[in-house]
Amino acid sequence: MFVQLVFYVLGAVLVASAVAVITARNPVHSALFLVLAFFTSAGIWLLLEAEFLAIVLVLVYVGAVMVLFLFVVMMLDVNLAPLREGFIRYLPVGAAVAVVVVVEIALVIGASGFDLGSMPAPPAHEAGYSNTKELGALLYTVYVYPFEIAGAILLVAIVAAIALTMRRRSGVKTQDPARQVEVRRADRVRIVRMPAEKRERVSDR
Amino acid sequence: MPEPLATALGWLPYELALLVETLLKIVALLVPLLLTVAWYTYAERKVIGYMQVRLGPNRVGPKGLLQPVADAVKLMFKELIVPAGANRALFVLAPVISLTSALAAWAVVPFSDFLVIADVNAGLLYVLAMTSLGVYGVIIAGWASNSKYALLGAMRSAAQIVAYEIAMGFALVVVLMAAGSLNLREIVLAQEGGLVQWFWLPLLPMFAVYVISGIAETNRAPFDVAEGESEIVAGFHVEYSGMAFSVFFLAEYANMILISALTVIMFLGGWLSPFPEWADAPYVGWVFEPGVHWFAGKLVLFMFLYLWLRATFPRYRYDQIMRLGWKVFIPLTIIWIVVVGIAIMAGLPPWFDGV
Repeated sequence: MFVQLVFYVLGAVLVASAVAVITARNPVHSALFLVLAFFTSAGIWLLLEAEFLAIVLVLVYVGAVMVLFLFVVMMLDVNLAPLREGFIRYLPVGAAVAVVVVVEIALVIGASGFDLGSMPAPPAHEAGYSNTKELGALLYTVYVYPFEIAGAILLVAIVAAIALTMRRRSGVKTQDPARQVEVRRADRVRIVRMPAEKRERVSDR
Repeated sequence: MPEPLATALGWLPYELALLVETLLKIVALLVPLLLTVAWYTYAERKVIGYMQVRLGPNRVGPKGLLQPVADAVKLMFKELIVPAGANRALFVLAPVISLTSALAAWAVVPFSDFLVIADVNAGLLYVLAMTSLGVYGVIIAGWASNSKYALLGAMRSAAQIVAYEIAMGFALVVVLMAAGSLNLREIVLAQEGGLVQWFWLPLLPMFAVYVISGIAETNRAPFDVAEGESEIVAGFHVEYSGMAFSVFFLAEYANMILISALTVIMFLGGWLSPFPEWADAPYVGWVFEPGVHWFAGKLVLFMFLYLWLRATFPRYRYDQIMRLGWKVFIPLTIIWIVVVGIAIMAGLPPWFDGV
């Protein structure tokens, strides 16, 4: 009962924020609604006792990916007026495509796909169940090759991204922190002994 | 549910009783926490004052002890100014996000073997996820203020938080490898057995990385370029006044205490006693039993460290902060993951022979 209530609240917030992502006029608002959508879907995963996936969704998408998105959206001064030009002109075509897609989806899935009975909630796990441990056991046994291949591809991507920025330009002044730290007084300042000079007044000349 | 509470709430339906119990637990955690935050600001001014041969606040109440109350009253009665052209909704939302993420992470922090609101299996991940949300408060505040100084401060702060979060995350990966669990209570229990058993010794470089990254994460001196007052006025919260400003302040101090608590839990054995073998000593033996007092003592040590560093170090230069995070800490943590992995496989005593 309570769980169902939570599910419907989360579901309503998720759908509303997902709609707001594409209808919000301000791109920053869109990005923030996307954050809300991620957050609520993490909540739904928590209801399914998939706490590892839920927390990782927040950690990776909300905590890292969307921060970079927001960065870009805030830094770019997106001028919305040209983007919205011709909305009325393209509306009939867009609406027609949308209707066709909706009809096709309805024909494929049908009303039975939306029946609550066809998608029963998974049975609750016993008290000692750890989602993290289960996922780890699966990833390192059954799916170990796909997992390692994915890891290798990501590593290649990281190396490539770094390699792209590793160009050496000549004639550029850069700082070498190690050399900065190693500097001693003798390298910069020379102390000279000079005999004191007799003060010379202008009137003596 | 503890027995007296169960009888007091027995007439309620089970789910409602659970809700009331959780709310009571949250209040029992947050009230002391917020009071600590209030007097932490007093302690900060006093400690830095003495380090600089001044007295610090000493006018309100005996030895200035009521200064936080006076500050709170002053801040509450100040006018809340929303700048022209600011995004009103987000401007108000930003401090709320900051404080929420700072307080939410406390849900899984164990103060002793049983004093914890939620004993979650993936507690460490939860803490990481919640603390990573804090950056939104900063970015949104900077953007919604419609001020270039605020935006510049937000950009600096966000870049710094993202950079040090990676080092921090890797340091935590090493901790969870050593402990074999993501549950904060089990991480503490894995360090059972005295000072040398705690993880600070086998993970010494990670301990240093975590403490320094923690200071950088909370944007505290010497890593406070985000609000470097000589360069960009006050950074992301320059346009905030009154209570909205003080909510950011609360969040910052709650985060400092949180990072201190996590350091204690992951590297210094949480509520464990450093000399458990002395617990049989006559009269003073109870001091060496594990308990909340050890947790509090270690926590205060790290909270003092924050103030000490602020009073004694000059501000880091921005590019050097980035260099330290990306080029020094991240490679160091990755190397230590391999080292600890080998140590675990070899069963290095006295830390990893039981894993």
